Amino acid sequence: MTSWNDLNVGTEAPPRIVGPLTRTDFVRYQGASGDFNPIHHDEEFAQSAGYPSVFSVGMLQAGILAGFATDWLGADNVRGFGVQFREQVWPGDTLTCTGKVVDKTEGDGERTVSLELVVTRDGGGAALKGWATFAVV
Amino acid sequence: MVDKNALGATDEPFTMDIERGKIREFARATMAHSPDYLRAAMPPIPPTFLTSVSFWSPSGEGVFSKLKMDLRRLLHGGQEYRFFGAPPKAGTQLTVQTRVAEIYEKEGKRGGTMTFVVTLTEFKDESGKVVAEARSTAIETGKPATDGGSQ
Repeated sequence: MTSWNDLNVGTEAPPRIVGPLTRTDFVRYQGASGDFNPIHHDEEFAQSAGYPSVFSVGMLQAGILAGFATDWLGADNVRGFGVQFREQVWPGDTLTCTGKVVDKTEGDGERTVSLELVVTRDGGGAALKGWATFAVV
Repeated sequence: MVDKNALGATDEPFTMDIERGKIREFARATMAHSPDYLRAAMPPIPPTFLTSVSFWSPSGEGVFSKLKMDLRRLLHGGQEYRFFGAPPKAGTQLTVQTRVAEIYEKEGKRGGTMTFVVTLTEFKDESGKVVAEARSTAIETGKPATDGGSQ
């Protein structure tokens, strides 16, 4: 596991590439999370709302980004995680997760690193921007 | 339309059992690889796992039934989780309560007023200690979306 001394401001996680995402990926996430908003699996519903097709659940790419971060710094170590949604993610999109250390702090008996995280769409911009904090030994 | 009378509303607290199988299902659905999720006897929850809380809410949607948001115009603006120590593990029973913390409006770039709704959800373990907190920002657009933004 990556330790305190291995992590400096600017240290980057090995990027993760996922996709191309399918409608099945969206449905699997909806089943796992319990969010059954039809706009992510019902083509007619999505088109009636003005979209060309169904699109991914924002929390799916948020979850992919969180898993990328916890796979790097440890599932038990995460202390905070957040995202702001930017661009929608569509069937066929390939996503790249990147992350880097932006801060290191010591206090309250815990050493903490802060990460800046991004999910980028192939041929597009940032689908979401995120942050995380991890306790590191 | 968002019902602004819902500001400050809370749902009834309810319990949520953290189950190993649901953690594995969630980890696979979000493409996490760690054996901490996929192999461990008592895996911790992934950071965004608490979104599956809707399985446990007695009404199925909690305070959102009071907010009366239109699904065709509903966007997810952002989501945050904080853990006060290591994330809770399989076998933990959490007590969950959500309240509507903020409702405010902004003029949208593409016309129409956007209404922002911030909800805060607190998760307590069996001893009553708050172990996690979730903050969610939902947005209702002024008109059905045509491109960008919706999640």
